[in-house]
Amino acid sequence: MKGKLILQDGTTFRGQLFGGSNATTEGEVVFNTGMTGYQEILTDPSYCRQIVTLTYPLVGNYGTAKQFNQSRKSFVGGLIVGELCEKPSSSSMQRTLPEFLTAEKIPCLYDVDTRALTKKIRSAGTMKGVIVSEYTSQNTIDEMMALPIRKNVVEMVSTPVSYSLDAGKDALNVVAMDFGIKRNIIDALRKLNCRVTVVPAGSPAEAILALNPDGIFLSNGPGDPKDVPNVIREVQKLLDKKPLFGICLGHQILSLAMGADTFKLKFGHRGCNQPVKNLKTGKVAITAQNHGYAVEENSLKGLPVEVTHISLNDGTIEGVRHTSLPVAGVQYHPEAAPGPNDSVRLFDEFIDNMRAAKEG
Amino acid sequence: MPKKKNLNKILVIGSGPIVIGQAAEFDYAGSQACRSLKEEGLQVVLVNSNPATIMTDANIADRVYIEPLTVEFLTAIIEKERPDGLLATLGGQAGLNLAVQLAESGALEKYNVELLGTSLNAIKKAEDRELFKETMERIGEPIPESTIVEDIHGAIDFANQIGYPLIVRPAYTLGGTGGGIANNEEELIEITLRGLKYSMIGQVLIERSIAGWKEIEFEVMRDGNDNCITICSMENFDPVGVHTGDSIVVAPTQTLTDHEYQLLRSASLKMIRALEIEGGCNVQFALDPKSQDYYVIEVNPRVSRSSALASKATGYPIAKVSVKIAIGYTLDEIVNAVTKKTKACFEPSVDYIVVKFPRWPFDKFVYADTTLGTQMKATGEVMSLDRTFEGAILKAVRSLEIGVNRLHMDKMDSWDNEKVRSRLNKVNDERLFLIAEALRRNIATVEEIADITKIDRWFIDKIKNITDMEVRLKKDTLNAKNLREAKLIGLSDKSIAELTGTNVNEVRDMRNQFRIVPIYKMVDTCAGEFEAATPYYYSTFRGEIDEVEVSDRRKIIVLGSGPIRIGQGVEFDYCSVHSVWALREAGIEAIIINNNPETVSTDFDISDKLYFEPLTTEDVLNIIDKEQPEGVIVQFGGQTAINLAASLAAAGVKIFGTSVDNIDRAEDRERFDEMLTELNIPRPRGISVTNLDDAITGAATIGYPVMVRPSYVLGGRAMEIVYNEEELRDYMSRAVKVTPDHPVLVDRYMQGTEVEVDAICDGVDVVIPGIMEHVERAGVHSGDSIAVYPPQTLPSKVIYTITDYTKRMAIALNVRGLLNIQYVVADGKVYVIEVNPRSSRTVPFLSKVTDIKMVNVATRVALGSTLKSMGYYSGLVEPKPYVSVKAPVFSFAKMQDVDISLGPEMKSTGEVMGIDYHYARALYKAITGAGMNIPKHGCILFTVADKDKEEMKQLAKAFYELGFKLVATEGTARALQSIGIDAEVVGKVHQRSSDIIQMIKLGKIHMVVNTQAPGKHIAKDGFRIRRATVELGVPCLTSLDTAWEVMRVLTFMRDRRLVYSLALQDYVGGGDALA
Repeated sequence: MKGKLILQDGTTFRGQLFGGSNATTEGEVVFNTGMTGYQEILTDPSYCRQIVTLTYPLVGNYGTAKQFNQSRKSFVGGLIVGELCEKPSSSSMQRTLPEFLTAEKIPCLYDVDTRALTKKIRSAGTMKGVIVSEYTSQNTIDEMMALPIRKNVVEMVSTPVSYSLDAGKDALNVVAMDFGIKRNIIDALRKLNCRVTVVPAGSPAEAILALNPDGIFLSNGPGDPKDVPNVIREVQKLLDKKPLFGICLGHQILSLAMGADTFKLKFGHRGCNQPVKNLKTGKVAITAQNHGYAVEENSLKGLPVEVTHISLNDGTIEGVRHTSLPVAGVQYHPEAAPGPNDSVRLFDEFIDNMRAAKEG
Repeated sequence: MPKKKNLNKILVIGSGPIVIGQAAEFDYAGSQACRSLKEEGLQVVLVNSNPATIMTDANIADRVYIEPLTVEFLTAIIEKERPDGLLATLGGQAGLNLAVQLAESGALEKYNVELLGTSLNAIKKAEDRELFKETMERIGEPIPESTIVEDIHGAIDFANQIGYPLIVRPAYTLGGTGGGIANNEEELIEITLRGLKYSMIGQVLIERSIAGWKEIEFEVMRDGNDNCITICSMENFDPVGVHTGDSIVVAPTQTLTDHEYQLLRSASLKMIRALEIEGGCNVQFALDPKSQDYYVIEVNPRVSRSSALASKATGYPIAKVSVKIAIGYTLDEIVNAVTKKTKACFEPSVDYIVVKFPRWPFDKFVYADTTLGTQMKATGEVMSLDRTFEGAILKAVRSLEIGVNRLHMDKMDSWDNEKVRSRLNKVNDERLFLIAEALRRNIATVEEIADITKIDRWFIDKIKNITDMEVRLKKDTLNAKNLREAKLIGLSDKSIAELTGTNVNEVRDMRNQFRIVPIYKMVDTCAGEFEAATPYYYSTFRGEIDEVEVSDRRKIIVLGSGPIRIGQGVEFDYCSVHSVWALREAGIEAIIINNNPETVSTDFDISDKLYFEPLTTEDVLNIIDKEQPEGVIVQFGGQTAINLAASLAAAGVKIFGTSVDNIDRAEDRERFDEMLTELNIPRPRGISVTNLDDAITGAATIGYPVMVRPSYVLGGRAMEIVYNEEELRDYMSRAVKVTPDHPVLVDRYMQGTEVEVDAICDGVDVVIPGIMEHVERAGVHSGDSIAVYPPQTLPSKVIYTITDYTKRMAIALNVRGLLNIQYVVADGKVYVIEVNPRSSRTVPFLSKVTDIKMVNVATRVALGSTLKSMGYYSGLVEPKPYVSVKAPVFSFAKMQDVDISLGPEMKSTGEVMGIDYHYARALYKAITGAGMNIPKHGCILFTVADKDKEEMKQLAKAFYELGFKLVATEGTARALQSIGIDAEVVGKVHQRSSDIIQMIKLGKIHMVVNTQAPGKHIAKDGFRIRRATVELGVPCLTSLDTAWEVMRVLTFMRDRRLVYSLALQDYVGGGDALA
């Protein structure tokens, strides 16, 4: 049936609503420029409550398969695409994307001029939007538009209880604080022989240290890092205790814990083609990114924190580390899925830090 | 890293003539390279033998050498110019090979020239089979297992190790005969035994067969600091087994999961690092559709055809960035030319789908085998962009100019279901259309077709969406709803009219009434993430918002020339680009429409706006509706653009230049005859007939031999000389479809000297920059003849007459711009053969050698300037003191089953030029540049038709006196004996012991002079001899005229130096004239 997206500033984009008139949703509208990896995006908890627009116009071509899920379920607010493929083809396929959307109850607006929408967000900045059927009353739309952007998204996606994933002999003990962790991060750590204990976002520092970890990992996740002040407080307590490594939201929380500030980007970095320069080696890696906030460079002045990576596109901070402690974070996603694997080595540094701390 | 400090002067090697597998993409890459070097303040020396290119324009490089691409000539140029660096990775395989040879010959070391970009070692690692295999094994990237065996046991052992299917390829055979795919031991034994027998060295290569797997390509870039990026991924519609140049290709990949995509992307980066390539590189993979196994097929350590495609598909200027890397920059230092803000170190993200479709020469080579395999056969390609696959593939198909406007071929209508079904397993140029036909008739399911063809069912489903729409349209009457749906699918107005029984104007009117119009989107490398400065657009019916900002400047559209094909090559792109430049110079916004990704004209910074669109009336009119230009220029885009003139004019569009009515007067036989009669200018007697009986009576009156061809042709398509009624009947039944709408022309065939003229007329004055005389007598297509400027044998009276006729015809046709005229001079009398009221394939050549910017002048004339105001006066421009020779280049080695003998049908794919103060050396350069390896001594085989025996005697005698040994077939040898020359007699083809073919194979014959008996009954022996010379690279002259000239060259060169080089700037500047 006919549907539409109405942005906060009143701009309307028309399309077809998948899932019928109940498939309405509201949330912050963002775009991702990756040309593959829709399933990984839809199951990345960092997109919790956001309406994700995919700039590549043909989506769903290879269907979906369980193995590509990045979390226990999809948390996205909605999906906006050009063409939604009903007849996909892939040997690994288990369900078509429309089937997946139905099962995961993801509202989807398709047949949309996603390029026009992307350009709108690019120039006006990320904003709230409402997806409704064409015939929804203005009152309903206004009510939906008035709903505030949720602040408790980390809580929504984080694991309610701790769980451990085993590893081989001589494994390192990693406690991963789950702000919305992607499965591929856990996989990457386990591949490097880490026993990963995933704990809820709200875990107190003492409880984490009680697990006697060799290192603590701060995961990716949704929302504004400043919405979780309690987490920042706990991380502060951990800084000089153990090697720490943060990705994305974890990196922002880590930076805030070290005294830095963060700010909201106009329209964020979301895609698989983002160049990041390593300031130490001068080399550039193509990275997967998904963030709407970034660490403020000026706020680092006087702090024992140095910038290790920057975005080649806009010069914003993509990685930091503590000048004396084995504490580091990156804004991008070395674990890929979706996106390039070029930076997977970053996990090795974390491992090296843990080994060094253990032996030293 | 800053740019290398030691570089001041760079030598750039171009790719030479257009041949199958190496087309206009290297003009695009090379000119981008030269411009980008000059941008850095470096001096550029360019060597390329191909005059039809933008890159050989005197303003593209500081020093332009149009010389043969051989080690001897390059060494001489290096010695003279002393460049600091050599850039060879933008000149295709030809350029790369030459760089390797120059390095190996020691020339680079001797003159201290640095090989820029990828190192010699790296080139070898990628190109040498063994080294490549070693490198891949070292880094753990799989390549298909293979072995070379000399007996059947080796083959079976190998099969036992790795299993079936296996490809068996005999080493060294003529045209790869004797190979095949073995699915089991029985087949393996049979094919191997056969292969061993065919192989000249008793070896066969056995390799794991990956036919049917998905073929995936990545364009990768690496800089000296080891930064690596991928520019574009591509998925071949046709699975492994069809050369990627002959495959329909989409970008980005469509059916790969992110996991598969990243698997191959990572492998590409690993490989480019291991091979230490600096610059652009192309990697091809085979991916098993059933598992995630893959093999590396090959790596091209240079800019390639795929790079041109990837550049145009994404907007990322691969050649330009490769050059910057070669001179020392790193990717993060180079600005993204599209966004101007971000850096070149990123991976383009596109928000549309790109389809590339090959253009094959099977319309010319009617006897050629149309099967597609590992040998590329396409001469060119088209590209299209849209937001859906359906839209993009339909645009691609109507860009091809093969008489189809959707996935439908008329001829299949008469095929019964069984025939359609049974042909689904054929891999040829018609496969896509056949699949559509099967779906349309509902005689095979998507699964069945995917199973038979191994084409991914995602594509087949999309084709079915199109045919389903067609079926629906056929049932319903046209209304706003189904019209909208049809346009959303991508069907053209013409197709919709055809399917609904309406006419195209009604469809168009209805669309306008319901506001069903396309919108235009931008190609920006970043899927809209950043603001972009590129004015590069494509149309789509999907979407709401049009991104084109129409300016209020004066603006004019230049129509491009579409895909490269025989008869319409890179020359016309050259002309389009120059016309665009002329408009921009005049302060007018120049908009170009074209669909060929290989070309300079579709580089985004050539025009003010680029629309990458099919060149059909509908697609062009849509852009005109949008842009509201003052008018359109059609005279530079070859027949493609000219063919649109009438329909555009009918729609009220102003055509700048010669009027549509006058174009018609030149092209319409009867109207043209009327004009000639009025002007009292003779032409060979001829008639136009619409049925067989008239043809026979007409030919009898005119007298045999006659030249027959369909009206409205390009490149002498389906043109033949017939010598009697029987042959005429055969021609009429076989080669043409004669109807009242499509008459056939029957002309007196005059055996004389052919002369070609290009002129510019403003309605008052007619400037003739130069006249070209052809070496081969009339009967050989002008595009296949050697052309000489200025004429060497024409008496001044003839030149005067030609000048006079040219002027009078140009004025009579009220030409505003360029025209091209072909004459034949017989017994001192001048006859007109044809007039083309447009730019021709000789314009770039003539512009270069006469130093007259013909297209620039013609464009200004078309806009209303007078020749006088530009300082030109009516008449023939004084000839230059040097001689330029244009020689054709053929791609016969790629096309088996094609007879190489020259005739009225054009067969060449490209051209080279030789220039010198001496005619014979200019000719030598042209012939050498064309790749003909003229022997200086050795053995020449003569086997000529009876009609030529008399003339041959003197020719053979001359070669004999030059010290050549002569070999001849019996009749020819007897003729030679009559003048006292002893020639060794060789047996005919079947006589085993002294078989001619064997002698050629064994390298005992160094040149062949072979003429055909009159008539088209292909003498099998002659054909086999000629094919053997192609396979073994022995020069074969099929016209006695060419042979005479070769003899003269040899005589001249005996006591003069062969290698002598001057830059184009020296010639036109008049320097060094005493050489």
